[in-house]
Amino acid sequence: MSVGVEHYLVLSAILFVIGMFGALTKQNSVVILMCIELMLNAANIVLVAFSRFLVPGTVLIDGHVFVIFVMVVAAAEAAVGLAIIMALYRTRKTSDATEINLMKG
Amino acid sequence: MSYYLIAPQITVAGFAVAVIMLDLFVKQKRLLPIVSVVGLLGGLGASIALWGQTETGFTNVLSVDRLAIFFSVIFCGAAALVVLASRDYVRNNFSRFEGEYYALIMLSVVGMMFLAAARDLIAIYVSLELVGISLYILAAFGRDGKSSEAGLKYLLLGGVASAVLIYGMAVVFGITGQTSLAGIYQAVAAAGLGLDNGMLLLGVVFIIAGFGFKIASIPFQMWVPDVYEGAPTTVTAFLSVASKAAGFVVLIRIFLEAFGQDLAIVSGWAMIFAVLAVLSMTIGNVAAIVQTNIKRMLGYSSIAQAGYLMVGLAAVSKTIGAGVTDPEVLFGPTGLLFYIGCYGFANLGVFIAVIAISNKIKSDSIADYAGIGHRAPVIALAMSICLVSLIGLPPAAGFLAKFYLFNTAVHHGLTWLVVIAVLNTAISAYYYFRVVKVAWFGTSTSQEAVPSGWGLRFALGISVAGVLVLFFYPSGVLDIARSAAEAVSGIALSAP
Repeated sequence: MSVGVEHYLVLSAILFVIGMFGALTKQNSVVILMCIELMLNAANIVLVAFSRFLVPGTVLIDGHVFVIFVMVVAAAEAAVGLAIIMALYRTRKTSDATEINLMKG
Repeated sequence: MSYYLIAPQITVAGFAVAVIMLDLFVKQKRLLPIVSVVGLLGGLGASIALWGQTETGFTNVLSVDRLAIFFSVIFCGAAALVVLASRDYVRNNFSRFEGEYYALIMLSVVGMMFLAAARDLIAIYVSLELVGISLYILAAFGRDGKSSEAGLKYLLLGGVASAVLIYGMAVVFGITGQTSLAGIYQAVAAAGLGLDNGMLLLGVVFIIAGFGFKIASIPFQMWVPDVYEGAPTTVTAFLSVASKAAGFVVLIRIFLEAFGQDLAIVSGWAMIFAVLAVLSMTIGNVAAIVQTNIKRMLGYSSIAQAGYLMVGLAAVSKTIGAGVTDPEVLFGPTGLLFYIGCYGFANLGVFIAVIAISNKIKSDSIADYAGIGHRAPVIALAMSICLVSLIGLPPAAGFLAKFYLFNTAVHHGLTWLVVIAVLNTAISAYYYFRVVKVAWFGTSTSQEAVPSGWGLRFALGISVAGVLVLFFYPSGVLDIARSAAEAVSGIALSAP
């Protein structure tokens, strides 16, 4: 059995759903950030798989370029996210998303 | 390379760096807002100078068409007004980081201007994140726990939204093998795909979800009330106008340039926008009624306004399908552009008044606004005019904006949508007028006047003047909006 594009798509769909589920249900803010990274990487797998398989025999370079940009931006976003979690931890002594609830309504 | 095409972005980015440098080396901190305003006005001027430009540069990744310039002017103008109004607020709340505050506002404006010009999914994504990350930091800028909480909620939900957006873009890339909007248009047309294709539908829905977060549409609005309440008021003002406009310009561009092939596909996504419009305006308005915090109420009101704006995206089907044979039928996005201009002035006016009042009374509770009409008659009058404009009553610009938009929608056969929108306008009058009533007829505990700096007064004056001028002389701006909307519909209209 050879590995085709659909295997990659199924893998990425599974990763995306795991990431989405985690982002919506996890309590720790850092873990939610990790789940977001999982979702982004699921999208990266789709991009790379289609770059390789969409046109047989050639590689669409656009998809690879896209993946590099996504990785760089995700790193920047994670840096800002951790900084905000730090700032919040200093005032509230918690990084638990369910306890971050000063505002409601 | 045609670098003059990105002159506005270069100007604003250069001034942003200059502000950070000045903050490091100069003791006179009051220079910072002045330099920022000069930079933003420079960007605004450079944008206007590019009006009429049709060239696309940078291997077709950026196009400086009229749509991009129209929105660049909105972004620079809104940011300049916010900077003018924020001097006292910044000094009271985070004086240690003045330079970073102004620089981040300008950097997010740079991102928004690139976003308005981008015609490639990669460029759209990168500029969107430049906007997003700057705004996450700004939302967390205040010293209290509420502001950090707002920043964290904004970042986590924004991260999920952009992951969904990227997945949608990846799927669209997978179907077409293209990342440029023009390439996607041709590939979809060549393959004869429609929204009945499951993959394309998935891509389109995920892309709408990603930008629905930016424009604060239901069901991606969970962040709005908390972030609006928790973030510094100046940041909320900027967020509510510029960030929403940025979301709409990308939606207009992606859906008209990449998915405007034929009537079937257009009416498919137009129906998605129509349904989202109904949900946003209804839920936003009903939730706003019970709010006691004015920033939170304006948050829900901004969800409702996103609903009205999306009527403009729903009213496109007839124009594209018929290839504009009937000049009487307005193009939906034209009404949307005019509405964004009116909404921008009115919402900024309300927020600038809120900034002025909260500088004095240190509270955002609507009950504490009692008697503000006697303590600060000018500010209260300006706020009342802007609130009347948000409702959509004469003599304010909001009335004409709603009139044009709803009239367009009726011409496109969306009478049911307009009926719901008008009913919603009636609901919204209740909570907007409640603020006016409390401000003028409530009895206040204090008689102290509310002071305000010259920058804030000037910004408030411009907002009110904008609201009134757009009501009495709408034709000039309406023509500009029309030619801006037609710039982007050109591709779709010339198609068979």
